[in-house]
Amino acid sequence: MPVTTIAEHQVHVDAEGFLTEFDEWDPSLAPTLAKAIGIELTDRHMEVITFLRADYKTQGETATTRRTQAVGGFPIKEQFALFPGKPGKKMAYIAGLPKPKGCV
Amino acid sequence: MEVLILGAGTAGTMAAAGLRKRLPAGNRITVVDTDDRHVYQPGLLLLPFGVYDTGQIVKSRRAVLPRGVDLVTGTVEVVDPEGRTVTLTDGRVLRYDQLVIATGTSPRPDQTPGMADTPGVHEFYTLEGSQALREALAGFSGGKLVVGITEMPIKCPVAPLEFAFLVDAHLRKRGIRDRTQITYVTPLDGAFTKAVCSRELGHLLTERDIVLETDFMLEHIEDGKLVSYDEREIDFDLLVTVPINMGADYIAKSGLGDELNYVPTDKHTLRAEGHDDVWVVGDAGNLPTSKAGSVAHFSMEVFLTNFMDVVAGRAPTASFDGHSNCFIESGDGKALLIDFNYEVEPLPGTYPLPTVGLPLLRESRFNHLGKLAFRYMYWYALLPERKLPIPSAMSMRGKKQPAGH
Repeated sequence: MPVTTIAEHQVHVDAEGFLTEFDEWDPSLAPTLAKAIGIELTDRHMEVITFLRADYKTQGETATTRRTQAVGGFPIKEQFALFPGKPGKKMAYIAGLPKPKGCV
Repeated sequence: MEVLILGAGTAGTMAAAGLRKRLPAGNRITVVDTDDRHVYQPGLLLLPFGVYDTGQIVKSRRAVLPRGVDLVTGTVEVVDPEGRTVTLTDGRVLRYDQLVIATGTSPRPDQTPGMADTPGVHEFYTLEGSQALREALAGFSGGKLVVGITEMPIKCPVAPLEFAFLVDAHLRKRGIRDRTQITYVTPLDGAFTKAVCSRELGHLLTERDIVLETDFMLEHIEDGKLVSYDEREIDFDLLVTVPINMGADYIAKSGLGDELNYVPTDKHTLRAEGHDDVWVVGDAGNLPTSKAGSVAHFSMEVFLTNFMDVVAGRAPTASFDGHSNCFIESGDGKALLIDFNYEVEPLPGTYPLPTVGLPLLRESRFNHLGKLAFRYMYWYALLPERKLPIPSAMSMRGKKQPAGH
């Protein structure tokens, strides 16, 4: 896995730029990751990211948009407003998590 | 010992047959299902095109279950995993020592506003739906035809793509393809999830002039159009939709499920997480592999071995690899074949052996014949749990890794 520097942190990323090590992420990386995909982070964005990080810790996989609505309480419509186009993928990218599996 | 199997579909029937062969006669095996109608589900895809009639794809559940297994007709209300009982909606209570959950996954059009009651909306995942679609297709004379997936995961994830290929061939044969625009709508970012496969299948859509709409998360359906959460709209005259798929409602009520009513399941042992006497076979669990009959089949040997280990007081010894294998009908009497597991995505090559076998990830008449022949295997070899000459674990023999992967 390649190593890159984001907000002065050395992190491991995959071919698409997703962080591969859960523990290499900290909240200070989020604004830089968000900016890279054209998102200006607000507190509401961070609430979603915080939920995703906590959920990943217990579940071992990235929450889908449905789970983020059902368990996290963030309506899918709002997820689309906050992370336009591909919320599942964008939320995971900013939270330093793998892409949600969605389908197999 | 009392063994209770919930669901007499593909997985439940195979589990009943396999357990009946292995457990001494004093152990009772009871299967619960809502009706006595076993549907050969791969047939539902071909029924709208007149390949099968209903009689070829429906049999009595009782008739395909082995002797020495009781079938109870009823709907499960709730499972009490602590008290080891299952209560049916009519009040009957069934006790168990080992429970096997095999109630699969079902299309839920009620979960999307407008899906159940808008004219021109069809599906092919139920017998009634598939029959109604056959009528609708016969009366279709051109216009906007949309094939759309609502949300993943779905049962038999390649089926909607197959439907798009088959309907393209069907309309060409009828001479109305040039009057029809076909659009394939998916919440995924490509034709399929796995990279190599998605690319190959994407080519097939392009070749057939089928428009691919990706990242479309359907919010609701109104007269003649699909509307996404980010307010994109797609018009249709005939919509062939795949509704959200969910596990049975009793799973949620029993506190055994995730947000889609799938039972969190150990992907290697096939035991329900946190419940040592509850097993999950077929589509009812949350295994990270396809929800497909082939997976139910390939995992059955692992389930049976582990079940027998546990009732003998041992730890489970077998481990499932996520092996899945699907024929993909591409129209005009041809099909592709894919073969993969938890770790290895579908690759080109031949199956099951390097020189003797069906071509993988490539259109061929042989694969189509394989798919047709499979209906006999299903009724006479798969359901009765007879040994097949194909190993359950996935093999790399015959597979080729494309450059750059």
